Amino acid sequence: MAPADIRQVVLDILERIAPDEDLSSLDDSVPFREQMELDSMDFLDIVMELRKQYRIQIPESDYEHLVTMDSTVAYLTPLLKDAPAPA
Amino acid sequence: MSGCGFAAGPPCPVREPVGTGDGLPPTWFPPVRYHTVIIGAGMSGLAAGIRLAYYEKPVCILERHTTIGGLNSFYRLRGRNYDVGLHAVTNYAPPGTRRGPLAKLLKQLRLRWDDFDLSPQCGSSVVFPGHRIPFDNDFDRFCDNVCDEFPQQADGFRRLVATIDAFDELNLEQEPQSARAVLAEHVSDPMLIDMLLCPLMFYGSAIPHDMDFSQFCIMFKSVFVQGFGRPYRGVRQILKTLVRHYRELGGELKLRHGVREIRVDNGRAVGVVLDDGTEIEAENVLSSAGHAETCRLTDQAPPPAPVQAGELSFNEAIFVLDRQPSDLGHDETIVFYNNRNEFEYASPEDPCDVRSGIICSPNNFRYDDDLRLEDGYIRITALANPDYWMNLPDEEYYPAKEAWCERMLQSALEHIPDIRPHIVDTDVFTPRTIRRFTGHDRGAVYGAPKKILTGSTHVDGLYLCGTDQGFLGIIGSMLSGITMANNHLLR
Repeated sequence: MAPADIRQVVLDILERIAPDEDLSSLDDSVPFREQMELDSMDFLDIVMELRKQYRIQIPESDYEHLVTMDSTVAYLTPLLKDAPAPA
Repeated sequence: MSGCGFAAGPPCPVREPVGTGDGLPPTWFPPVRYHTVIIGAGMSGLAAGIRLAYYEKPVCILERHTTIGGLNSFYRLRGRNYDVGLHAVTNYAPPGTRRGPLAKLLKQLRLRWDDFDLSPQCGSSVVFPGHRIPFDNDFDRFCDNVCDEFPQQADGFRRLVATIDAFDELNLEQEPQSARAVLAEHVSDPMLIDMLLCPLMFYGSAIPHDMDFSQFCIMFKSVFVQGFGRPYRGVRQILKTLVRHYRELGGELKLRHGVREIRVDNGRAVGVVLDDGTEIEAENVLSSAGHAETCRLTDQAPPPAPVQAGELSFNEAIFVLDRQPSDLGHDETIVFYNNRNEFEYASPEDPCDVRSGIICSPNNFRYDDDLRLEDGYIRITALANPDYWMNLPDEEYYPAKEAWCERMLQSALEHIPDIRPHIVDTDVFTPRTIRRFTGHDRGAVYGAPKKILTGSTHVDGLYLCGTDQGFLGIIGSMLSGITMANNHLLR
């Protein structure tokens, strides 16, 4: 899956977790938590949604990579390289 | 992974079909092993179940009773619908609110605000001799009312509000701290202290006389800062939403399936045994039955120290009226009253403590399109002595219920118009009723005095949720199930 597709996957998950947030003007280099109402429960959900949809495991020690969209996409790129792009 | 995904994936190897213990042909084919068995289909169990089912963990909720809801259930009697427990949903927030417990809960359960159909209260009050503090869902107005009623305490009260605001009650590692002591550091009028404590104790304290300051902050925010709401259809709106969602996600729910034992092997929970002897294996067990009640189920592996159950319970009389309470001049949603100077929150010596109580009118919420409930309702609640009600012989129980119902009404009539000519039906419950339908020792409504905030027990793989984990109230109990599922079962 290409980085642009991975970005879309993450956006879809964020929409599911926080449907009231406006994601259209998300700044990829700024931490999610500074742009949206996200706490540790929500971060667990991001991790769980990725596991549910793509069967990838993210250890708790790697959660620090999920801070911004840019860092999240970079972290997920090797893990999702063989996964099909979302329809 | 062991177990199987309900939503997708191949079927698991199964054992022979088992009887459901009610004389009907076997129809239930349990998987070899569940990821989690949940004891209790109340708010906390259902919410935990939703989280697990959503993430495809094979989960089964087992409920002893014939219906769902536990401490917040519903029933039908003589042609009318009644709610158990729910006077109002606290932590009310209007649609579009992105922060706070209700928003958090809806996000975690993947529900929409409309699903609970909450309408805000009309307005409530705390009434003590010589003082009345009205409040509604506008917190600033409440603060002003307090300062108007107690002008000498205004500065101290505003400092207290700032202290409460700054306090992180979600930190599960807190050391306990006396709420009365903290209040006394800010405010010097004992009546104001009691008037602030009264609604918060009535709506969420498991310990007599004082509260942990952390719990005080949680209740203060949920009652005064946020406020009250109610679904037009009552608690069934919330419960039916939870059950439907849970089942749609593939969760299993078994009513009339009481658990008599939790199997423990080498210090780890490995499953449960039902009342009819059926064994169900599970990697984890999450129990909302209560801490002491759960420990009794692990007879083979008792806890290192005795566990105390809750002791605070209530009588409640529900009066059905032939007209809307507002037609009689009663517009308030909830009245918390105390007819003496000091407020005593404790298990009474008398069968009921009628010196204080709660008067709730489910009619007095701002329902959509000016919808009104079909009948008028007034519910009067008072602290009750559980041992008295548990130990009465049957032939004395019913006359005693009636007699104390009369006394409770007499006391409440100091605060509401005379509803007696308009009463068309009455139902009364006592701690005995609560014990009978929920299994909670002594009919405790808010659980044990000592909470297990982490939800961990002396047995690996066995966790607690619900009143004894410690998040109380409608919203709190759902968040309890969600938090325990997140922390222990989904990582």
